[in-house]
Amino acid sequence: MEVASFRKKELISNYVILGMFAIVSLAPILVLIFNAFKPAVEFGTNPIGLPNNITFQNFPDAWVQGEYSKIFFNSFKLVFGTLILCITVSSLAGFSLAKLNPKGANLVAIYLLVGISIPAQMFLLPLFLLWKNLGLLNTHIGLIIIYSALNAPFATFLIRSYMIRLPDELFDAAKIDGANILQQFFRVAIPLSWPVLLTSALVVGLAVWNEFLFALTFVQDEELKPISTILFAFSWRFINNQALVSAASIMMVAPVVILFLLFQKRFISGLTSGGVKG
Amino acid sequence: MKIFLNKSLIAWYFILPVLLIHLFVIAIPSISSLALSLTDFRGMGKLNYIGFENFIELFDDRYFIKAVYHNIIWTIAFLTIPVFVALVCAYLLTGIKRGQLFFRLAFFFPYMLASVVNCQIWKYLFSPIYGIGTVLSGFGLDLFTTSPFTTKEYSLFAVAFVDGWHFWGFLVVIYLTGMYQVDSSLYEAADIEGASKYQKFRYITLPMIRPVLVFTIMIITIWSIPVFDYVFILTKGGPAYSSEVIGTYMYSQAFERFNVGYSSAIGTMMFFYVLIIVGLFGVLRRLGWEV
Repeated sequence: MEVASFRKKELISNYVILGMFAIVSLAPILVLIFNAFKPAVEFGTNPIGLPNNITFQNFPDAWVQGEYSKIFFNSFKLVFGTLILCITVSSLAGFSLAKLNPKGANLVAIYLLVGISIPAQMFLLPLFLLWKNLGLLNTHIGLIIIYSALNAPFATFLIRSYMIRLPDELFDAAKIDGANILQQFFRVAIPLSWPVLLTSALVVGLAVWNEFLFALTFVQDEELKPISTILFAFSWRFINNQALVSAASIMMVAPVVILFLLFQKRFISGLTSGGVKG
Repeated sequence: MKIFLNKSLIAWYFILPVLLIHLFVIAIPSISSLALSLTDFRGMGKLNYIGFENFIELFDDRYFIKAVYHNIIWTIAFLTIPVFVALVCAYLLTGIKRGQLFFRLAFFFPYMLASVVNCQIWKYLFSPIYGIGTVLSGFGLDLFTTSPFTTKEYSLFAVAFVDGWHFWGFLVVIYLTGMYQVDSSLYEAADIEGASKYQKFRYITLPMIRPVLVFTIMIITIWSIPVFDYVFILTKGGPAYSSEVIGTYMYSQAFERFNVGYSSAIGTMMFFYVLIIVGLFGVLRRLGWEV
């Protein structure tokens, strides 16, 4: 769809300006990709260009030296654990707010909206002390609970806004067939809502994968750290081996890129609908 | 048993899990923070009620004042440059068909990447040993001979630049969505009048997307206060507090010095700031600003 109806001549300057900004956005990432395929010795003479000699060795090196098999497992555990907990509680709440209309539903919505705008610094330290007393520091389940709480309001609103558009007749028909509310949820609402569940899962999964502040604060045990805080430490440990650091960075980005290319519309609409800060 | 299966109660059972998790992780610790901000608690030992002393001390703490000042600069920087660039790019994008998807994805892409990775990219590019500086010096240009992240005069701007670089594509997508909702007959009318590209932008696009614009101004104003990742990863607030922001200052008070009461006071101030901003925009909406 064309909105501003530019003239032909103007279009050229459009492309030039947009192209410049696309270079600003992408060139730094391209340099990272080039560097990941460069032998370490080449950095002195060719810091930001295409690699003269392509090597794949940086990846297994970074994988072994950074113990990435362990770290990937930690991060996947956090992502999937959060997805299971967060999407379950959010779809239950979203369904209730959309279709069951409990008395006081507005209060819940207001409460969650206020919850979204509370800066992390407000509750970070008391939460840390609470988690310490509960023995949840340095555990994945502790971090999974935190991530679920942080992302649940957004997921709840997203799921609610989708389920509210499901026709009431479907639920009435299920009711006549003798389905109770739990069955209506599992047999009608959930199967029909898979698009919004997928979108929420992508957005929440991305947030967990990239999360830094809470991972930094709540997991100090090297064995349990996720990929974000490990890469942070890795970049200082191997500050003189940029080939290794670049390869490690690419390994963190790769799953995101693949999913982004597959589901870019969902990612973009999901991320811009809630106002989730990445 | 029957009372527990009342329809309204069942609806509440569905909401309960979210509320419980949220209460545990966010509400109860936040309320504790409010309470702790009135004490001199240092993580262990005795806890004394000291009233508003922490808050009074904050106004005398020159490092805190400096951090607040940096956050103000940060907010202004984000309200101007990324907003302007994103508006221009979104407007230009509305005029093209071929390649639009590519540009949209290209601008948005850095927003998807982890802060750690984006920081790594720019730390490298600005490094005096490897980065752009070495290439430029080949042309006889002595820019970036030291990394801006380690230079007192530039550290804050360099960090803000990296965060802004990763963020602005998000704004493009939001503005673009807003611009597609503008009635295209307005542009047709302007074309008949012979309006220029700039005039159409200034007199049609900008007024028509005002609600979207105000929304982004609100979220930038709110998000600019708890900034943490990019500052902590790139400079840790240094060198010599030159890029310290409230978020990193609170973190060092909390987790390096264990001044629980004091850092809770900082967190509380941030919370009230957010409340004031949200309230302000709420009032504007009431006044008919169609925010």
